[in-house]
Amino acid sequence: MTNSEQIIMAHGSGGEMMRELIAKYFVSAYGAAELKTGDDSAVVTLTAPDQPSQGQQLAFKLAFTTDSYVVTPLFFSGGDIGRLAVSGTVNDLATSGATPLYLSVAFILEEGLPLATLEAICASIAATAAEAKVSIVTGDTKVVPHGKGDGIYINTAGVGAFNNQQPLSGRFCQPGDKILVSGTLGDHGVAILAARETLSFQAEIASDVAPLNHLVKQVLHAAPQTRCFRDPTRGGLAATINELASQSQTSMTIDEAAVPVKVAVRGAAEMLGLDIFQIANEGKMVAVVPPDQAESALAAMQADPLGRDAAIIGEVREAPPPGLPAAWLRTALGATRVLDMLVGEQLPRIC
Amino acid sequence: MLIDGFRDPSLAENLVQRVADTAAVLAEWAQKADGMELKLMEVCGTHTMAIAKHGIRSLLPSNIRLLSGPGCPVCVTANSDIDAIIALSRVENLTIATFGDMLRVPGSSTSLEQRRAEGASVQVVYSPLDALRLAEAQPERQIVFVGVGFETTSPIIAATVQRAAAAELLNFSVLAAFKLVPPALQVLLEDPELALDGLILPGHVSTILGVEAYDFIAEQYNMPAVITGFEPLDILAGIDMLLEQILSRQQGDSLRIGNAYARSVQATGNQQARQSIDTVFQPVDATWRGLGVIPASGLAFRPEFARYDATQRFELDIEPTVEVRGCRCGDVLRGIIVPPECPQFGRACTPTRPLGPCMVSSEGSCAAYYRYNIGGVAGGVGGVGAAGAAGTADATGIAGAAGAATTTSALSPSDCTEPIFPLNT
Repeated sequence: MTNSEQIIMAHGSGGEMMRELIAKYFVSAYGAAELKTGDDSAVVTLTAPDQPSQGQQLAFKLAFTTDSYVVTPLFFSGGDIGRLAVSGTVNDLATSGATPLYLSVAFILEEGLPLATLEAICASIAATAAEAKVSIVTGDTKVVPHGKGDGIYINTAGVGAFNNQQPLSGRFCQPGDKILVSGTLGDHGVAILAARETLSFQAEIASDVAPLNHLVKQVLHAAPQTRCFRDPTRGGLAATINELASQSQTSMTIDEAAVPVKVAVRGAAEMLGLDIFQIANEGKMVAVVPPDQAESALAAMQADPLGRDAAIIGEVREAPPPGLPAAWLRTALGATRVLDMLVGEQLPRIC
Repeated sequence: MLIDGFRDPSLAENLVQRVADTAAVLAEWAQKADGMELKLMEVCGTHTMAIAKHGIRSLLPSNIRLLSGPGCPVCVTANSDIDAIIALSRVENLTIATFGDMLRVPGSSTSLEQRRAEGASVQVVYSPLDALRLAEAQPERQIVFVGVGFETTSPIIAATVQRAAAAELLNFSVLAAFKLVPPALQVLLEDPELALDGLILPGHVSTILGVEAYDFIAEQYNMPAVITGFEPLDILAGIDMLLEQILSRQQGDSLRIGNAYARSVQATGNQQARQSIDTVFQPVDATWRGLGVIPASGLAFRPEFARYDATQRFELDIEPTVEVRGCRCGDVLRGIIVPPECPQFGRACTPTRPLGPCMVSSEGSCAAYYRYNIGGVAGGVGGVGAAGAAGTADATGIAGAAGAATTTSALSPSDCTEPIFPLNT
C-alpha cells in the first residue's frame, strides 16, 4: 500500500515528494525547456515577431516567476502573508541575477475575512514593494465561501530585466567554488511554528522574511563571477544544496560549524526534533562564488543590513561516483554525513 | 548554548582516541579468540538517529559494529495496533490527536496521512496536553490521543488522563499501545542468533526507570551495558565505558551497569513518573513487531480509568491484519540484519514510499540508514567516512568494510558499491 493515489500534505513541503510530483506530472505534461532548468525563475527571450527580416531583430531577456502563499497564521513575529508574498517573488527573480521590476498580486479571499485584516495585509504589501523598489501593476480578486479557504491566499508573479547582467543558473557551479549564506538559518520556520496556537512553546524568534534584491545586486557588483543565487525556502538549506549539486553535476560539502544559527532557533529546533538544515527561510540567500571572489562577496553581504551574519559555509567539489549522494555535511565533530532532503512533512519526534 | 559543551570537537577527539585504543586492545583479544568484531546495540531510536546525524560511525574503529535494536516506539508497534488506530479515523465526530511520527506509518491498507487526505480529522500535537486542550475547546467532538511510546511517554500521558479525570472531561480518551523496555531487553539477551557484546541503554527511558532497573542485565546475563545520553560526547563516552566493561569482563571481573548520563539518570529513577504510570495503567502482554508477544511488556488501563480507554469507548471496525510481504522490519528491530541487508531497502521501500514503519519514523533505523546513506556498514565500519566528503572513489565508505571480517553480514563488499538508493528519486 501507501502509493499515494491522492495529494497529501507532504506533496507541498518542498522535499522529495514535491520533486517527484513536479517531474512526473508538471514537467512531463507541459514542461517547456525553461521549466526544466530547475532554477527559481524562468529566463525567457522576448522577440518582436513582426519585425522585418532586414536589420537586427529586437530581442531581450526577461526573468519570470510565480508563487502562491498560504501561510497560517496570517500574521507572525517579523512579518505577515503580504510581506511574504512580495519578498518571495522578488527573491526568486533576484536569484537569476535580474532586477525585479513588476509584480502581479492575486487574492483568493474567504467569505467572512475582516476588511481590517485585508487592509493591514495590503499596507504590508505596499511597504515591502517600496522596500524592494518594484511596482505592482496587475492583479485579481476571487472570493470563496466560508470554510473553503484559510482567510486569504495570495499569488504573486513577477518579471525582472537583465541589463548587462548574464542570467545566472545553478548549472554554473564548479568544483572549487565557495558556498555562502547571507545569515542565520531557520528563523522563519521556527517563528511560524511558534506562532501556531496548537504548539505550546514560546520563543522570541522573528521571521527573517525580506526582499533581498538589493543584497544580491551588491554581491554581483563585488563578485561579478558569482555562479548563482538560491533562496533556501521550503526544504531549507538541505534542499537548496541538493538541487544545486544535482543541477551542476557536482557534489557540495557544508561545514556545520560555519553555518550561522541563532541560539534560540537552535534550541527550538533541538527541542522539537527538527533538522535546522531542513527548516524554511524567507530572507536568506545562498550564493555560489569562485574561490578568488568569495571574500569580496562575503564582505558585500555583510555590508548589507540583511546580510550582517553572512558566512562562507562550504564548497563545491567534483561530481560524486554514480549513485552516491551529492550533498554532504561535515559535522561539528569532524565526522561526515549526508545532507539529506526532507521527506514528507517536517515531523516532531515521538519521545 | 548548553549543548555546545557536549559537542566540543577537541573533547570528542580525545574520546575517539580512547575508544580506538581500547578497541585495538580488544581486537588483539579477539584475534586470539575467533576474530569477531564487537557488536554493540543501541535500543533507543533517539540514539539511532543521533549516531547517524552526528556521523559517529565514521569516527569509530573498524572492529566496532553498531546495531540498532527495538528502540523506536512507532516501529515496534504491531500492525494490528496500527490498524486499530486507523479504524478510529472512521469513527464519526472524532479527532485523532497524535505525535507526527505516527502519520505516515503504513497499516494493512492505509495510513493516517492518507485518511487525513480523505477527510478524516487527524491533528498533529507535540504534547498530550495539547490533545486535552483540543478536547476542552471542542466539547462536541471526541478527541483520542494515540498512546505510542516507552516509559518516557507513558507517564506524561498517564498524568494527562489523571487531569482529564479530575476535570471530568468525557470527550477525551487514549488508545494505549505503550511498550516497556526491560522485558524487550530480556528477549534480546536470550536470542542466540544475536550474540551481542554490549548494550547502549537509553537515556530518557532510564531517567524514568533508574539504573537499578537494569541490574538483571549484568547479574543474570553478564552483559556489558551502559546508559548514556544523546549528544555526541555522551555517545562516545558511553561507547568508551562499554569497551572498558568488555575488557574487564575478558579479565574475569564482575559487571555493573555503567551510567554515562549521570546528569539525568539516578539510581532509582523518577519515582513520581512511575507512580503516575502505576496509578492509571497496569502491565499487560503486548505484541511487538519483530519480537512477537512479550509477557507484561505493555500497558493497559486499570479498571478505574477504563472510561478513558478508546478501545472500550468506541466500537472499532478493524480490518484484517495483512503483513507486508518482503518487509524485514522485524529482523531489523531484532538486530539480526542491518537495514541495507533487507532486499527492499532503498528499492521498493523508501521514505517516500515506506513498506514498514522503520523507514517512516524519525527514529526508525531504516530511515536513519537511508537518510544518512549508511550503506557501507556491512563490515561494521559504517558511516560515510571522511572520504565521502571528498567525493573521491572512496566515498562509498566501504574501504574499511572490505578489510573487516563480514562474518555476520549477507552483504559482500561488492554489494556495497551498488547504489544504495538512487540520487534523484
